[in-house]
Formats: sequence, structure tokens, C-alpha cells
Amino acid sequence: MADRATRTSSNEGVAAGSVATTDRTGIDLTDAVAWYRQMVIGRRFEEETERAFRRGKIGGYLHVYSGQEAVAAGFLAELRADDIFFTAYRDHAHALFRGSPPGAVMAELLGKATGVARGKGGSMHLFDVSRGFYGGYGIVGGHIPLAVGAAYALRYKGGDQVCLCFLGDGAMNSGGFHEPMNMAGLWGREGLCPLVVIVENNQFAMGTPVSQSSAVPNLAARFSAYDIPAERVDGMDFLAVRDVARRVITQVRAGGRPQAVEALTYRFAGHGAADVFQPYRTKDEVETARARDPLAILEARLREAGLLDDARVASIGEEADEMAREAMRFAEESPPPPPEDLYKDVYGNGA
Amino acid sequence: MPELSYRDAIRSTLIEEMDRDPAVVLLGEDIGQYQGTFRITADLLNRYGSRRVIDTPISELGFVGAAIGMAMLGLRPVVEMMTWNFSLLAYDQIVNNAAKIRYFSGGQVNVPLVIRGPNGAGVQLSAQHSQSLEAIYAHVPGLVVAMPATPTEAKGLLRTALRGNDPVIYMEHAALYSLKEEVPDGEFMMPFGVAEIARPGRDVTIVAYSRMLHIALEAAEILAEDGIEAEVLNPRTLRPLDRQTLVASVGRTHRAVVVQEQWRPFGTAAELAAAITEGAFDLLDAPVERVTGADVPMPYARNLELLALPHAEDIVRAARRTLYRETAETGGRADG
Repeated sequence: MADRATRTSSNEGVAAGSVATTDRTGIDLTDAVAWYRQMVIGRRFEEETERAFRRGKIGGYLHVYSGQEAVAAGFLAELRADDIFFTAYRDHAHALFRGSPPGAVMAELLGKATGVARGKGGSMHLFDVSRGFYGGYGIVGGHIPLAVGAAYALRYKGGDQVCLCFLGDGAMNSGGFHEPMNMAGLWGREGLCPLVVIVENNQFAMGTPVSQSSAVPNLAARFSAYDIPAERVDGMDFLAVRDVARRVITQVRAGGRPQAVEALTYRFAGHGAADVFQPYRTKDEVETARARDPLAILEARLREAGLLDDARVASIGEEADEMAREAMRFAEESPPPPPEDLYKDVYGNGA
Repeated sequence: MPELSYRDAIRSTLIEEMDRDPAVVLLGEDIGQYQGTFRITADLLNRYGSRRVIDTPISELGFVGAAIGMAMLGLRPVVEMMTWNFSLLAYDQIVNNAAKIRYFSGGQVNVPLVIRGPNGAGVQLSAQHSQSLEAIYAHVPGLVVAMPATPTEAKGLLRTALRGNDPVIYMEHAALYSLKEEVPDGEFMMPFGVAEIARPGRDVTIVAYSRMLHIALEAAEILAEDGIEAEVLNPRTLRPLDRQTLVASVGRTHRAVVVQEQWRPFGTAAELAAAITEGAFDLLDAPVERVTGADVPMPYARNLELLALPHAEDIVRAARRTLYRETAETGGRADG
């Protein structure tokens, strides 16, 4: 089972040794087709999870990433193999984009022994430490101090790795954001905090719009309180995100001082799978946002550059669909965790 | 064996482990330049520098969370909680992250973290600064809760915490910092989950930890004058709890008094009493007695504070009740 899961890793094709490519305007298109493929895989995977949730195969909460793909893809594209990252509970695509096998991610959502966290975490707590993914977390803002401490530890141990911390716009109003950001600002002065904070501003904290939850709606501006340089980027444009990510990660790696990026994006689905009626926004608003689908934007750029055509787009779509179905087959065929796992891994010392 | 105070036992263990393992780092409020509120970390900034002795802002959530992140990356952070009262600001980090990450990651990552500082009451600090919070931590799976009562325990339990893989809630008692005794030399360690018979006896088992151990021993002296031989059992760690030694002791004495510094409802005394009942029901000759603090926020006035805390005489009376040598009042304190 594990071998099969490994073979279906979605990250094939985003390998080292790719050839540098640019478009007419000088924008770097290296590996952009591979990342387009990744984003399509991410989308089709989420569509598969939504179907599975409706059929009762996935329990608990389910927060899908559709609409926000360019943000995680743009940053993870620039992450070195030995770098690390943390995120919140909308975490499926982050795992896939980092190379976790789709079968193991889906198996986690179905609560199976072959899941990335052996079925102990579920949708909100994906983990793949072997790939530097230190977890999805379910308490809004609660993972932010972890990322700050982890960044400190990376530098303390003498390496030049960086730590990414993805968070949502809603998390910026929690104490879990402000206390560690102040510490990151302080530690950064000593070059001891190689942290990149990525605010995935999808416009809503559940159903409350940013304008009603943040006294300063320009979220990037709020980082000035902690002396952390911050900028905004169009979070629907993979190439723009990756461009910013490359520069910011390089600077943070060199200086050990934190930086932040607010990626302006949009959540196409509800907050969670239970958020069906979405009374806080209109269908028109969602349709307008869908007109700027990050997959379509990247596809158009790649067609324009002659790197994608109808046939390739269709084959990537089919491949992604098959990958999502295969992930589901793998998850469904996998066994649940054995009963003896109930008391396993509560303590690291045994006990 | 050198004579060490409880304070120096903690401090010297930190020094020994920091010398041995560069992964050990300290974080907390005023632990560096200020030298530590209770001087546990005196001179350590000077010895180890600001990368290893990190003065933090007043941000319990922030620095406990950061320490968890450090621990996940393989460091061994020791957080000084200026007093455990302030840990409630970090309770989410401790309960939702430190205690659970190993479990919900499917065992992919450990959190070898120690959070230490003074717990408990007795010096007129009133309601917000006088709490004994061990029960709310001992309730949580994934945490270890150590309650050292002596310099030897302070050293042995701290070293075990620093060599282990789990988050350890290490609760000192401010009233014990100056207590001295001879402490074993070298790399002495004390295992978690192993209780100590602090005083052997045949008539009644008194269970007590941290500062309450000392008043339990005082009570045992008083009882001995009356010909009652109390066995005093010190669990040392509440989680893991040495149920076996506890049940074996009560199996010999057939009577038990359980002592806890503060609030009775749903407290550690209740858990200890339940463990005795579950393990030795048929061997009990009397109901288990609880001696606890008053079920009130700690008052400031000295006379009221003294009324709110257990004393040796309370334990003596409870022990005598289990032997039917004293009329049952209301099962210990009037607030029960």
C-alpha cells in the first residue's frame, strides 16, 4: 500500500534540473507547466474530497483550498528541500504541493492507517515531517508561535534554512498572531528568525469579511507594528506570487530577519463543507471571483507563451482526475488504524 | 553528597544539562538580565549568552508556543513560567499543541519541552497569584506533571525531564526554595511515575506531594505521639501516577488520607481517592478522607489565607477519623 501511495506522488515533474524559461515580458516560466499541473491536481483533489464528504466518507470538518492554489504553489515552489513550513487547517494542497503522496493525504481524510498522520489527525492536522511539513493546526492563530520558535531553532542550529508560516486573514486578529510577531521582530534584529509569514487573505474569517474584523483592512500594513517588512501580492497569479516568494525567501535566508507577504486571494468554496448556504456573500460575488481563477490565469499565460495547448491542458486534466480517483481508491482500500493505535503516540517516552 | 537548597538543585541541574547538551535553551520573563524572579537563573545569561538564555517579552502564549516549535525542531527548551498563575495565558498552547502534536501527527514529532516555575500559595499574594493548578494539567493526556517536594526530587525529576521526549509540567513551590538537604552527586535521575514511601507506617496512608508532603510528615510526627503510625506516600509525579505503590500501601494500612493544597472539587485528591477506591475497595476499613484547601479564591488577609490552606492538624484529625478516634465532622473541611 505504502509503495503504491509513494508512486502516486503528485510532485513528479517539479524536479531539479529543469530548464530556465521566460515569457516575452521577461517573467520566469521555468517549471510553470509543472506547477500548473500541480494546481490542477490540487483542485481536482479537493473536488474529490467534497464529493466524498457529501457521501459521508470523510468525517468531521473539511476545509477545501479551491481558489487559493496560487498562494501555496507560489511559495512552496521556492522552498528548498530542507526548508520547513507550518499552516492552519486548510492544508490539503500544501501537503500535495510539497510532494506528499495524494493517496496518503486522502487516506488521512478518510481516517485510515495509511494516512500521513496514521489516521490520528484528519483533514485539519496533516503532517509530513520528512518533507518539512510541520503540520496543519486547527486553533486559529495557534500555530504561529510554533513557526517563530521553529525558525529560531533553524538558525540556532547553524543552518540557513527558512520556515514558512501560512495563516489566514482571520488569524491576524488573535493574540496568537501578535505575541509571536513581536518576538519575531525582536529575534529578527539579531538575525535569528528566518521566517516568512504568508497571510492568505481569502477575504473572510468564516463568514466575517476582513472589513468587519480588521480595523486596518490593509493587512500587510499591520506588520509595521513589529518592524517586519511586508508587501501585498495578487494571490490569484501564480507567477506573481512565485516571483515575490523567490525574492522574499532569498532575503530572509540571507538575513535571518522575518518578512511578510499578504496574498490577496479568494475562497471559492464555503468556509467548511458545512457552510452550504453562505449567507454572508452573493452568488454574483463568487462568480466575479471565479472569473479570476488562478488555474485559468496561469493557463492563459502558458498558452500565450506556447507552453500549453488544448491537448496538453486536456491531458493534464485527465491525469489529475485519475490521480484524485486513484487517491480515493487507495484510501478506501486502506485499513483503518488498528484498535491498539488508540493509546499509541500519546507519549514519546513510551508510557 | 553535597548539601543543596531546592533552588540550587534546580539551578545546578540546568547548568549541568546546559553544559552537556547545547540543545538546552532557556526562555522566560526576566530570566537573564534580571537574574530570574526567584534567582533560579542567576548568572546564566552571563555564562551561556543571549542565544541560550532568552529574555522574552510578557507574552506567555508567544514564548510557550515558540518553545514548542523549538522542541519540534530538536531543541530542549526550558520555559520559566514566572509563576504558574500566568500559564493560563498559554493554556491553549500547552493543551492544544504541546500535549497533542505527537499524537495527531501520528508520532512524527516529539515535543521535549520543560515548563517550570512556582505553583501554590502561602505568602499573601491573594487570588490571582496563589493558585495550585496541577489538577488542570494532570487532566491532560500527553503531559507529564512533576511535583518535586525536596531538593533531591527537584534535581532528579528535572534531569529526567530534560533527557526525555515529552512536554513536562514541572511545578516548584516557592515556599520550598530555601529548603536544604544532601543531594546525590553526578548524573542522578529520578524516574517518572514512581512514588516514594517518605515515612513507613502501618495504621493509615497519607498521600501528599510538593509542599503538602512536609505538612503530612509533620502530621505523622504528631500522630506518632499518640501511637498512630502513619505511612506517608509521595507520588512525586501526578502524571504518570504510581497507582500500584498507592494501592499497595493502602492494602497494608486499610485507611487513607489524601492531601491537596487547594480546591477540592474535581481535584487531584479526588483522583487519588478514586484510584484508591478502584484498587483497594475491599481492603478499606474507612472511607478515604480528603484534606484540601478551601473552595474559594485565595483571600489576601493573613488570617483568612491561613484558614484557606490545609495544616498538619487538619491531616491529624482526618487520619484519626479514618481510625474512628475522632468524631466525623463533615469529611474534612466545612466547604467539602
